[in-house]
Amino acid sequence: MGGLVYYSSTSGNTARFISALGLPALRIPISPKNPMPEPSEPYVLVTPCYADGEGRGAVAKQVIHFLNDPDRRALLRGVIASGNRNFGTLYAFAGKVISEKCGVPVLYRFELAGTETDIARVRAGLAQFWGMTCSTMA
Amino acid sequence: MKDHSMTRSTLKAINWNRIQDDKDLEVWNRLTANFWLPEKVPLSNDVPSWATLRPEEQTLTIRVFTGLTLLDTIQNTVGAPTLMPDAITPHEEAVLSNICFMEAVHARSYSSIFSTLCGMKEVDEAFRWSEDNPHLQQKAQIILEKYRAQDEPLKKKIASVFLESFLFYSGFYLPMYWSSRAKLTNTADLIRLIIRDEAVHGYYIGYKFQRGLELLSEEKRQELKDFAFALMFDLYEIETRYTEELYDGIGLTEDVKAFLHYNANKALQNLGYEALFPAQACEVNPAILAALSPDSENHDFFSGSGSSYVIGKAVATEDEDWNF
Repeated sequence: MGGLVYYSSTSGNTARFISALGLPALRIPISPKNPMPEPSEPYVLVTPCYADGEGRGAVAKQVIHFLNDPDRRALLRGVIASGNRNFGTLYAFAGKVISEKCGVPVLYRFELAGTETDIARVRAGLAQFWGMTCSTMA
Repeated sequence: MKDHSMTRSTLKAINWNRIQDDKDLEVWNRLTANFWLPEKVPLSNDVPSWATLRPEEQTLTIRVFTGLTLLDTIQNTVGAPTLMPDAITPHEEAVLSNICFMEAVHARSYSSIFSTLCGMKEVDEAFRWSEDNPHLQQKAQIILEKYRAQDEPLKKKIASVFLESFLFYSGFYLPMYWSSRAKLTNTADLIRLIIRDEAVHGYYIGYKFQRGLELLSEEKRQELKDFAFALMFDLYEIETRYTEELYDGIGLTEDVKAFLHYNANKALQNLGYEALFPAQACEVNPAILAALSPDSENHDFFSGSGSSYVIGKAVATEDEDWNF
């Protein structure tokens, strides 16, 4: 089973989702002064979305900095994006941006800190996904 | 102006190059980039569609919009201004002034819809209805009462988040419903702009609430949580009666209630709290969700609809790729 890396701003929605998920996860720091996590195995990225009405700025700067490192990026296997349906067509748009840039699938989308249903789906989905990824790569 | 300038008689100019809370700048940038006016939406394209609604459907629509106008009026004239003295940073005050003005734009937008689609007589009747409707008046009064609590800054924020993230949705449902049936689609585009703004407002004020909460004792935090859930119950009671009165006639009440539950949970999440309504009570009609975020196709992997998805291989990208 692979790992999880996540970003959560000071509003803490994604951090609450990760905590409810109960799986080990590395956090991308809010402050650029703090060191980036260095994953040693394939991982799924969980990230919120910060797009304005035109879709600009969807991916948080710290997430961009994290993915700019080729070694870290090489281990990225999928993205789970959070957002708010109130943003219409740009709901969880960061997932789409990262998916297209890095050639990995959007695995799931959820709103704010997620619901119990989201937690159950992501737990089951990740178990299945890592099973598939392992058999694909073996 | 923050920093006790009045008592020290030193007046402080706001310095956006010295930020105490990055969220202030982030939200300022997002709100200003999202600025809009109703004139940019071609509402007159909805004139033929409006004519296809039955008279009772037209009356319902005008009433729903006058109800929304009342809530936006309150946010513009009382809600946002009443939060300003509680601001921790000068930048928070500036963000609240943007929120305040946009609430005026929202309230003004409904009148643009009315002047484009409806006759003056029906609109005047609906405004009278909004003054006489006990449920609408009651929910507005409850919120105003919380705003008047001078020494309870966090209770004011709870009331504001509930108005922005919960009370609007019995009304927002209807244009999303019409849009899902290919009716009043330009009006729905305008309402979506309002919905987008309200999401940022609820998020930001909920965020400031959580920052304030961190400074309080466990006892006071529990008191505020009890206050929030009690207020949600009270408002929910009124909302169900309001919803029944409006939507029983066209048989949509239960559908609207699922939407209320879903949004009540999101309002609580904005404050950092857990959900109140269980998942089965929040199963919003997929047509309404699709109207809320159109073209945002749900082909993600774990939902099962992406079964043909090929697992991608990470490709090397250059740093320049990330210059958005």
